Amino acid sequence: MEKPVNEFRFVEKPEVVEVDCDLLLMGGGMSACGAAFEACRWATPKGLKVVMVDKAAAERSGAVAQGLSAINTYMGENDPEDYVRMVRADLMGIIREDLVLDLGRHVDDTVHLFEEWGLPIWKKDEEGHSLDGHQARDAGKPMLKDGGVPVRSGKWQIMINGESYKAIVAEVAKKALEINREATGMEQNLYERTFCTRLLMDANEPNRIAGAIGFSVRENKVFVFRASTVLNASGGAVNVFRPRSVGEGMGRAWFPVWNSGSGYAMGAQAGAEMTLMENRFVPMRFKDGYGPVGAWFLFFKAQATNALGEDYCAKHADSIHEQFAPYDEPMGTALRNHAALIEMQAGNGPIIMHTDKAMAKLAETMDEKQLKHLEAEAWEDFLDMTIAQAGLWAAQDVEPDKVPSELMPSEPYLLGSHAGCAGFWVSGPGDIAGAPEEWSWGYNRMSTVNGLFMSGDVVGASGHKFSSGSHAEGRIAGKNMVAWCLDHADHKPAISESIDELVAEIYMPMELYGKYVAYTTAPDVVDVNPHYIRPRMLQFRLMKIMDEYVGGVSTYYTTSKTLLEEGLKKLEGLKEDAAYLAAANLHELLRCWENWHRIWAAETHARHILFREESRYPGYYYRGDFPGINDAEWKCFTNSRWTPESGWELKKVPHVELVTSSVPA
Amino acid sequence: MPSFVITEKCDGCKGQDKTACMYICPHDLMFLDKERMKAYNQEPEQCWECYNCVKICPQQAIEVRAYADFAPLGASVIPMRGTDSIMWTIKFRNGSLKRFKFPIRLIPEGTVDPYAGKPEPNYDELKKPGFFTLSI
Repeated sequence: MEKPVNEFRFVEKPEVVEVDCDLLLMGGGMSACGAAFEACRWATPKGLKVVMVDKAAAERSGAVAQGLSAINTYMGENDPEDYVRMVRADLMGIIREDLVLDLGRHVDDTVHLFEEWGLPIWKKDEEGHSLDGHQARDAGKPMLKDGGVPVRSGKWQIMINGESYKAIVAEVAKKALEINREATGMEQNLYERTFCTRLLMDANEPNRIAGAIGFSVRENKVFVFRASTVLNASGGAVNVFRPRSVGEGMGRAWFPVWNSGSGYAMGAQAGAEMTLMENRFVPMRFKDGYGPVGAWFLFFKAQATNALGEDYCAKHADSIHEQFAPYDEPMGTALRNHAALIEMQAGNGPIIMHTDKAMAKLAETMDEKQLKHLEAEAWEDFLDMTIAQAGLWAAQDVEPDKVPSELMPSEPYLLGSHAGCAGFWVSGPGDIAGAPEEWSWGYNRMSTVNGLFMSGDVVGASGHKFSSGSHAEGRIAGKNMVAWCLDHADHKPAISESIDELVAEIYMPMELYGKYVAYTTAPDVVDVNPHYIRPRMLQFRLMKIMDEYVGGVSTYYTTSKTLLEEGLKKLEGLKEDAAYLAAANLHELLRCWENWHRIWAAETHARHILFREESRYPGYYYRGDFPGINDAEWKCFTNSRWTPESGWELKKVPHVELVTSSVPA
Repeated sequence: MPSFVITEKCDGCKGQDKTACMYICPHDLMFLDKERMKAYNQEPEQCWECYNCVKICPQQAIEVRAYADFAPLGASVIPMRGTDSIMWTIKFRNGSLKRFKFPIRLIPEGTVDPYAGKPEPNYDELKKPGFFTLSI
């Protein structure tokens, strides 16, 4: 096919707006909001300009847009070293312990701020019963920082009334930005509904960031942001694999459907080194609605079994120990999935969560009022963060205290903030005893590209941060970005590429659509056209490739060298065809670029699984040709880098354990 | 359950340049048909059912109908979000109802002063661990 060229004959050329700043924050979720709050405090007195660019509205953007029912990372009385042990065990032994320990020592300060900002946090009363945020306030319970006792649903989790969690956090971030804007005399420093497509490199200095380019999804405008330093806080990747529901339910991914892998793609294209991109997360959740099970397991002590009532983890404990010791002590999320998958493949499904039995057991020690409170708590777990699950139970007439519910492992997601650790290789804090010198190249959370920082989902080898940890990590990055700016005060970023060509590239899908839409008779909703591919079909093709060749649900998460090599060939073809993406409007242009990012995120994942010749994460994925864990060869980081000259290069990086293995008391 | 807009109730946010639902949707799904002055969900299979459009709609014109590829018809989950709490009404397919009220915030929206009473940044600490609010 002829390579398309955008001459702006069929779409109006957008206005190009150039924005100069010192710190550019790409993203609007928890970690970007944390970065804004911390960075503005340090930047404003020095006259440094901070700009945030968000593809949605910060009030409800990112993974916490819907709300949450718990903060999953709060140290409180716990030792951050125990936190490292927990994260290491759940992520099958390989994490950057300097990053995780660093997170652990910072995170509580951020949680205390959330409470000051008005986030309702459950507290315990004198009898040990839980009070919601309003009851606790009215009863005069102290705040966490003053010794208030949170309601723990697990060792690290505390319960909240988190419907407005993101709105509360974003309100403060926006105010911080406003303070910076007024002080530095910028016209605007929060760009919402603006989607970044590419990072931009410096014209004068190799391997140095110079900014980013993006477009408005509301008006014909392209923004060129020039900055001394850029934060990539653009979230994980969802719906790169074919989801279990492919009709309307495709949107009901467990992780937010708007996480389009943009952070992975943009960082990779800029040449930033990645680590553990083979890692993925496959959460076992209530079937179809993907409602949270954490509170049910941890707080209500509910049991999950196969359809025969057998505890599948106990049933397979011995064989899992034989195959995967020492990674079964304790049995982490991946291996619990593994045990369930054995049962599913044996036909012993469905997997059942016995909510009814759990609530009946709790009822033995509770009066009617307490029970009603408990029932409300169970529903709030859904209504705060997965309303769809409440709707699904209502549609199926499921009352959790009367009948059990089905569980199902989801399609795979790529992320670095929840129970996954796929992302970029970043500089550590530098002061953690035993950490190799090469893990810190000067600025905490900076990638291998000078001036390009990472936070939240895109930081690799440092999972289990969750919402609070992502905010804290954004603050760490934001503070270090200010240090970078002050150290490089004389540098003036210059864009290495032609702005005209970049703008033409961004709008190419609209030009192509305009040029060829009239070629066939079909109205828009049934558009079949040999000259282009619409983003929806491109995404279906991507999801099919990933599902069938890279270990999606249709193969029970199993793949191999031969399958991966075939899948990668098909991904190459898909990348070629992406040049023919067509968009009827700005909304569809957004989908084109999101799906281009998804392809890149998908490719890094496939290449890493191919490189790592073992099955490090049984329960998440299997190399059929290398079924076991091989510590002798593969207890290491797997790092990759893409350059236009050499393509993808992968290597092993030695793993170092910093925190002793003694089991926490 | 993708969101849908009830024709009779939607007034297109009275011709502002954007509707409340368009402003808030994290996935850019809500679209205002300016000829009819009615908003709609332009891509229901991309809807996460986060309910932000439902909660923000000043006309209560937006509801959610369960994802038809796995959920039976006939149920509804309706929020009423106030200034400090949210009320939920869950209607089951069999007609039974549940109502809940949960806190959403402890202090009024818009009243936080981010840096009030907080330490000034100490630039000697800039390259050390910690935050402007936390020395390590």
